[in-house]
Amino acid sequence: MEHIVIIGNGISGVTAARHIRKNSDKKITIISAETKHFFSRTALMYIYMGHMKYEHTKPYEDWFWEKNRIALKQGFVKTVDTDNKTLHFQEGDSVTYDKLIIATGSKPNKFGWPGQDLKGAQGLYSKQDVDNLEIYAPNNKVCKRAVIVGGGLIGIELAEMLNSRNIPVTFLVRETSFWNGVLPEGESQMINRHIKNHHIDLRLNTNLKEIVADENGNVKSIIIEETGEEIACNVVGLTAGVTPNIDFLKTSKIELGRGVLVNRFLETNIPDVYAIGDCAEQHKAIGNRRPIEAVWYTGRMMGETLAQTICGNKREYKPGHWFNSAKFLDIEYQTYGWVFGSRGKPEYEKHFHWKHEDDTKCITVAYHKDTNLFLGINTFGIRMRHETFDTWLTQKRDVAYVINHLAEANFDPELYSHYETAIQTAFNNQFQTA
Amino acid sequence: MSNKLNHSMSLAKPDALDISNKQKIALAIGVIGLFILALALLNTNFPNKALFLTLALGCISLGIIGYARGAYLNKLEGIKNDGVWFKSISSRGVWGWIVGVILTTFYIVLYFFPKYLGLATDGEANTGLISLFDPLSKLLSGRAASQWFVYGTLYTVAILAFGYKFILKYRHNRYQQVRTVSVMFFQLGFAFLIPEFMYVMNNDLPYYDLKSMWPLNYYIFDEWSVNGFLSNGTIGLALLLFGIISIFVISPILTYKYGKRWYCSWVCGCGGLAETAGDSFRQLSSKKMSAWKLERWLIHTVLVFSVVMTTAMIYTYLGYDSNDFWLTRGVFIALVIGFLTLLFTAVLYFKGKEFGKDAKYGAIGFFATIALLLILHFTGTTDNVFFIKAGTLRSTYGIYIGSIFSGVIGTGFYPILGNRSWCRFGCPMAAVLGFQQRLFSKFRITTNGGQCISCGNCSNSCEMGIDVRAYAQKGENIVRSSCVGCGICSAVCPRGVLKLENDSMQGRINPTEILLGNDVDLMDYVNKN
Ligand SMILES: Cc1cc2nc3c(=O)[nH]c(=O)nc-3n(C[C@H](O)[C@H](O)[C@H](O)COP(=O)(O)OP(=O)(O)OC[C@H]3O[C@@H](n4cnc5c(N)ncnc54)[C@H](O)[C@@H]3O)c2cc1C
Ligand code: SF4
Ligand code: SF4
Repeated sequence: MEHIVIIGNGISGVTAARHIRKNSDKKITIISAETKHFFSRTALMYIYMGHMKYEHTKPYEDWFWEKNRIALKQGFVKTVDTDNKTLHFQEGDSVTYDKLIIATGSKPNKFGWPGQDLKGAQGLYSKQDVDNLEIYAPNNKVCKRAVIVGGGLIGIELAEMLNSRNIPVTFLVRETSFWNGVLPEGESQMINRHIKNHHIDLRLNTNLKEIVADENGNVKSIIIEETGEEIACNVVGLTAGVTPNIDFLKTSKIELGRGVLVNRFLETNIPDVYAIGDCAEQHKAIGNRRPIEAVWYTGRMMGETLAQTICGNKREYKPGHWFNSAKFLDIEYQTYGWVFGSRGKPEYEKHFHWKHEDDTKCITVAYHKDTNLFLGINTFGIRMRHETFDTWLTQKRDVAYVINHLAEANFDPELYSHYETAIQTAFNNQFQTA
Repeated sequence: MSNKLNHSMSLAKPDALDISNKQKIALAIGVIGLFILALALLNTNFPNKALFLTLALGCISLGIIGYARGAYLNKLEGIKNDGVWFKSISSRGVWGWIVGVILTTFYIVLYFFPKYLGLATDGEANTGLISLFDPLSKLLSGRAASQWFVYGTLYTVAILAFGYKFILKYRHNRYQQVRTVSVMFFQLGFAFLIPEFMYVMNNDLPYYDLKSMWPLNYYIFDEWSVNGFLSNGTIGLALLLFGIISIFVISPILTYKYGKRWYCSWVCGCGGLAETAGDSFRQLSSKKMSAWKLERWLIHTVLVFSVVMTTAMIYTYLGYDSNDFWLTRGVFIALVIGFLTLLFTAVLYFKGKEFGKDAKYGAIGFFATIALLLILHFTGTTDNVFFIKAGTLRSTYGIYIGSIFSGVIGTGFYPILGNRSWCRFGCPMAAVLGFQQRLFSKFRITTNGGQCISCGNCSNSCEMGIDVRAYAQKGENIVRSSCVGCGICSAVCPRGVLKLENDSMQGRINPTEILLGNDVDLMDYVNKN
């Protein structure tokens, strides 16, 4: 029986395994160094905040794996020998495979800051990171202040986490406004204000120079590049993005770029070796997507696709329309299609922006300035229906159509106030005067 | 080293989540209220009972209200679940167990030893706790209080005060607010005040909470109850008819349009308490597959039991001779069996496919019921059914299901089993409504394409123990008989994945393998297979 070995038990590896099991009888082994069972990385924050316990973050009960004949092995793969189709573990043992799927995810970026490996300086990626946080930031007596470096999606989650335990937070963001490499200005600024309303000390245009140690090798303070200001703190969260977690492959024959290089079939340069999820890098980016897509659902989709290939129904990775979502403290964010911030915005892309006066809800609709083609939407504080936008994007609707039919796409809970009329009025006003 | 070890015993219980001074004061006020009740229980004879009762209930309410304001009003609107799994009371810690034991004891005394609460015997005056409530009872209906009046009052106070807390907690969520105002209204009006006023108007009528319908209200068709209605002329007859219409006409229509939530989380008193006072315990319900299996056996067994028991009760007071009254025992049994058979065949015929694997269990339930009814008919004598006294059957049901299950376990075990264990495992009404919700209703929880990140907040918050995530991460709508439509899964979902809605029955159940967002050809290919 063919033995499929998957390194990494995150969403991409597990999805691949599940679908291979559905379509075949192959022997499947999933390897992970992190936790025995698959858990939801996106839920790490809720463990620290006490909304859930670790066990609640496991999407499948523990009996699931045996019932579906998916073997789980805990261990760290140190080297991959593709000539002999063998994996060697740090622990000394080894495993042979017929087909290998690399799904090893990411690791937090560290840009060589002095002090970045001190006790109390850490990223937020793994279960171990949350365990460490529990040691260095259990409460505001042990951790009198925390500094977060890097204003992205993980940074703001970490800020929310620490805030939930009343630990004062200073949030260093390199950009002129929160996440404005991705978000258009109006949205980004609304989030700036929301962060401050949560009493988080947001410092824009601010870089980390170094992390200072105390006599025991613990974090004592940080120094800011621009001003030289020293901020006393006990924990430093390093959340300036992630990179593929592929150091263990450097000695192998597998071709690497920033990630494991794959073609559209998710194949590497070595036969029978594939890569999916955060660690995979497309030779050439697909559409407006990045060559490395470090989001949950793309990992899942790559797993869904690759399982077909492995089971004899060869398929290209052909993702549909882009979408994503996140939550900034209390404000939910969803996006469908493409809306660019000032960085990377194509010259044909124009925006219509509407914001509610309570400063917690807004939308930005992107459209083509010549054809009025609807390109995408960002919504904050209003839930939208994925299916509806997916259909509109496929049908290539124009912006006026989308604005006039927004009510059909509304996905807010029943009895919520609706804003479609206000949005339409604003849109019409803007277009008459413009 | 770290001074943390000194005051926090474990990593899982961070000590940073202390309560504010304002909340401490509120707690103290609430405890004073409880203390007055405790004194009354210990037979303290208060000079001015009306004053002290007002004081007690006022302090309890104020305490809860003050505590809630301290907890929520100084924060921005949003989901307020910080620390629920750290706090002792809401994570089966020491406080959880203490509260559980106190509540359970209270229920046992209430149901089985009301004399310890001070219930008068042989026409004497009440003493103890019950006597403290005499002034209020006299004010409302002119009679002395009973243990049920005490219970009803405390129950209502709990729903109102904790309802206020719940509204503050969800002050960004209009669905939650309206729903809570609704349960507060139905408890105060329909369960508490109206029955008292009905008694004032006509003191022969049996206690009747209009919104509590058979089979939840299992005694409505008992002989004393029916006689009570019938001996009261038009109004009595109207009420009895209303009881029958509620379950056979009104309820199916509303459940078809809105799902069982119209009752379970908008109207019902048990649901009302669970949603308000029980809200802090919702995460404790078990989401294991094994719990789901147990649930399905248990709740349907209770349903069979309650159908048979009710039939038996009516059966015993019907005659044999059609000259006396057309509805004889034989006719009645035949009608019941005919009705059930019609129902069962109709379901199989129209919904057999959706029913799928469950059809087998449905059939077991159906044939078990019919068999029991036939045995009933052929072994029944004037006052014996199944060779035991009919009254015994009825009181067995009353004790084990009506009292122990719904009260002692259902509410007493809030801090251990979660706030809806009765609704989930035992309520025959929930079984009836759920059956319909699964097969014949426009209600579902729609999942939002491919947006789910499998975080588990929804499952964690589901008081009915539904593993919502299992559906959401497959992009499949949630159509489950047990869902009471509380909407909390939707509220807590950080990615806007879940929406409770009433829409057409077509495509309501939509199992998928590959979610929206992936290659359309692949989706078509796999999902069709
Ligand atoms: C805090 C946080 C919040 C997030 N929130 C969101 C969100 O809201 N939405 C979203 O779309 N995305 C989110 N993401 C990103 C998302 O979680 C990732 O894109 C996704 O988990 C990647 O899945 P994966 O299967 O590729 O890899 P991973 O989940 O990283 O799994 C890889 C596994 O492989 C193991 N491994 C690696 N190397 C080895 C080795 N040599 N030997 C053995 N085992 C090894 C790792 O220990 C790990 O367990 C978030 C990420 C984080 C950290
Ligand atoms: S539906 Fe929402 S709450 Fe539930 S697992 Fe998915 S993202 Fe989390
Ligand atoms: S599935 Fe959602 S709406 Fe239904 S009972 Fe559970 S939490 Fe409430």
